[in-house]
Amino acid sequence: MRKPAAAAILSALLCGLGQWSNRQWIKGFVFAALGAAGLYALIFGLADELKGLITLGTQPTGFVKVGKLTKMVEGDHSIFMMIRGLVALVAALLFVFFYVLNIRDAYLVAKAVEAGGAARSFKQSLSSMGQRNFAYLVLLPAFVSISFLTVLPLVFSILIAFTNYADPILPPAKLVDWVGLDNFSKMLRLRQWSHTFGGVLLWTVVWAVIATATTYVGGILVAVLIHQPRVRFKKFWRTALIIPFAIPNMVSLLVMRNMFNNQFGPINDYLRRMGLGGLPWLTDPFWAKATVLMVNMWIGIPISMILAFGVLTTIPKDLYEAADADGAGAYHRLRYITMPMVLFSTAPILIMQFAGNINNFNVIYLLTNGEPVNIHYQFAGHTDLLVTWLYKLALNQSQFSFASVIGIFIFLIVGSLSIWSYTRTRSYREEDMIQ
Amino acid sequence: MSRFADRGKLLLTYAILVLLTFISLYPALWIVLSSLKEGNSLYSDTLIPHEMTLAHYRDLFETTMYPRWFLNTLKVAVCSTVLGTFLLLISAYAISRYRFVGRKATLKAFLVLQMFPGFMAMIAIFVMLNAIGLLDSHGALILVYSSGSIIANMFVAKGFFDTIPRSLEDAARIDGASHMKVFLAVIVPLSTPMLTYASLMIFNGAFVDFIFADLILRTEEKRTLAVGLYKMVSQRNSTEFTLFASGAVLVAVPVTLLFLFLQRYLVEGLTAGATKG
Repeated sequence: MRKPAAAAILSALLCGLGQWSNRQWIKGFVFAALGAAGLYALIFGLADELKGLITLGTQPTGFVKVGKLTKMVEGDHSIFMMIRGLVALVAALLFVFFYVLNIRDAYLVAKAVEAGGAARSFKQSLSSMGQRNFAYLVLLPAFVSISFLTVLPLVFSILIAFTNYADPILPPAKLVDWVGLDNFSKMLRLRQWSHTFGGVLLWTVVWAVIATATTYVGGILVAVLIHQPRVRFKKFWRTALIIPFAIPNMVSLLVMRNMFNNQFGPINDYLRRMGLGGLPWLTDPFWAKATVLMVNMWIGIPISMILAFGVLTTIPKDLYEAADADGAGAYHRLRYITMPMVLFSTAPILIMQFAGNINNFNVIYLLTNGEPVNIHYQFAGHTDLLVTWLYKLALNQSQFSFASVIGIFIFLIVGSLSIWSYTRTRSYREEDMIQ
Repeated sequence: MSRFADRGKLLLTYAILVLLTFISLYPALWIVLSSLKEGNSLYSDTLIPHEMTLAHYRDLFETTMYPRWFLNTLKVAVCSTVLGTFLLLISAYAISRYRFVGRKATLKAFLVLQMFPGFMAMIAIFVMLNAIGLLDSHGALILVYSSGSIIANMFVAKGFFDTIPRSLEDAARIDGASHMKVFLAVIVPLSTPMLTYASLMIFNGAFVDFIFADLILRTEEKRTLAVGLYKMVSQRNSTEFTLFASGAVLVAVPVTLLFLFLQRYLVEGLTAGATKG
């Protein structure tokens, strides 16, 4: 048998063995130790945890007869078992990954030796690792933190959608079970859920379309207004109009909630003094929707304005001069020159803004909290978006499995939009062309 | 076009701009004036109060844990900014420059991760932190913020590094600099706009977040400003409005000033994100 293949097989049999056959003693020892530790953990610890991930617990909390006495026995906590099972799964996968690397390493080193090189000493290996695998090394901290703080929790949330983890089935009192696609079919077929889901989804889409369009067009119009050559103090107007963006929107939204207060807020106060009746800004279904859209314009227009300014300065002046010579008025210049140019350069962000508005939690949650309540809805109000509904379902109603189902729906909508727009951006298609 | 009509149009433009400026500034003006108002009610018959008082600011420091919350927030925000910016820059740099196995997959993974609603993972993080006893600690919050910021700003940062010509690094490398040295000595100094933008975004995010912070920080001493302010509104809204107003002003002022001072970088960052995807 050839040397590289033999080394690979040796390493496959026992981690580090192939490295020893390559005369890399310390490396082989380190690999062997890691391999042994991994194997030990896999057999004596991880196996149980993995089994727990599949069963989600078998022993419910309850009274068990022990001899003559009945004793309260604490049962399995399905949710803890699930998370521990997931962590175990990640650990097992990491071990498999290490195992494959160990075989690959033995093979490659043996091959290099065969070709006439010398196997590197442990010290050399360490220092070359820093140079050759620099990218992996610096990505490692980000990789680890994202795996545990984002990926793992997300996988957990997705899995929850396939269980019956919803009030009243809450651990540790009850055991949670896998239910397949039950929650999805309930969400779409069961009247109490499907009615709310349809209504909230519709409003989410309407909201996202109007919110994106108004802030986008509004921002461009404001930028065009300030950008007119004859307007003076441009810098002043710009700074003044950026202020809504600079104030943390968490604060400004809470302030707005008070401003629009029906009874004591200043806006209704002014209206009443002008002899007009006050409006039910936040308590009437229609007006609440109108109010959140208006407030969103206040918050969103400055961002579009900033973006539009960037594009406006790059539009060549002779285009406008040519249009002037042809007798085009202000409207035509805006419609046929400014708008197309701005739209062309900012189209990708328009789609991202749309996706952002679908997930616009703060505006709704802080301003109306989804209210006014809709009695026909399941735990939702008239202005609730999918994302605020999800939040309420999970944190106030403990309907975790349904919240996860909604999360998956949001992901599908936003995901397909973003991938569609991203693959159309220049930076993706022409990535290696500039350098 | 007659000159008269021209003048009229210009006048109209100014009128609209003045109106827009008024609308933009009104909420800020109103809340600042409310915080100086006597009494504690939301209702006021004039915009400018009859009597100005700083009593509510004093109350804030004496009756609530505001100073404590402020220090907590500063600690969490500064640590997250430093850690998050460093991790973000170095990972974005690695992805922008090195063609390693799994690079495209990494990019796609970032894209996908961006698209889940942030707090879908919240409950799982809560359970996990609970299990390892890290609940109610600022450290956990800092970790969550910095790791989240890598995902949120990855594409802007990568797009920025894509525009820095490679010849600069090659020159340094020929002189024998290691990868890390190249990054620290050549790339970081060139990245001031990106660095500023990213730190501002992370700092702001940590400063104003009230959802995660509320879930993770269980005791009043550990709270951050945003959580404190949010609780103040949901619990004492109607009765102590002026106290809330002074709290809101104090939370908003530092962030607003930062944004206004760093406006230029912000514009650059936003535009970079817009056109380069």
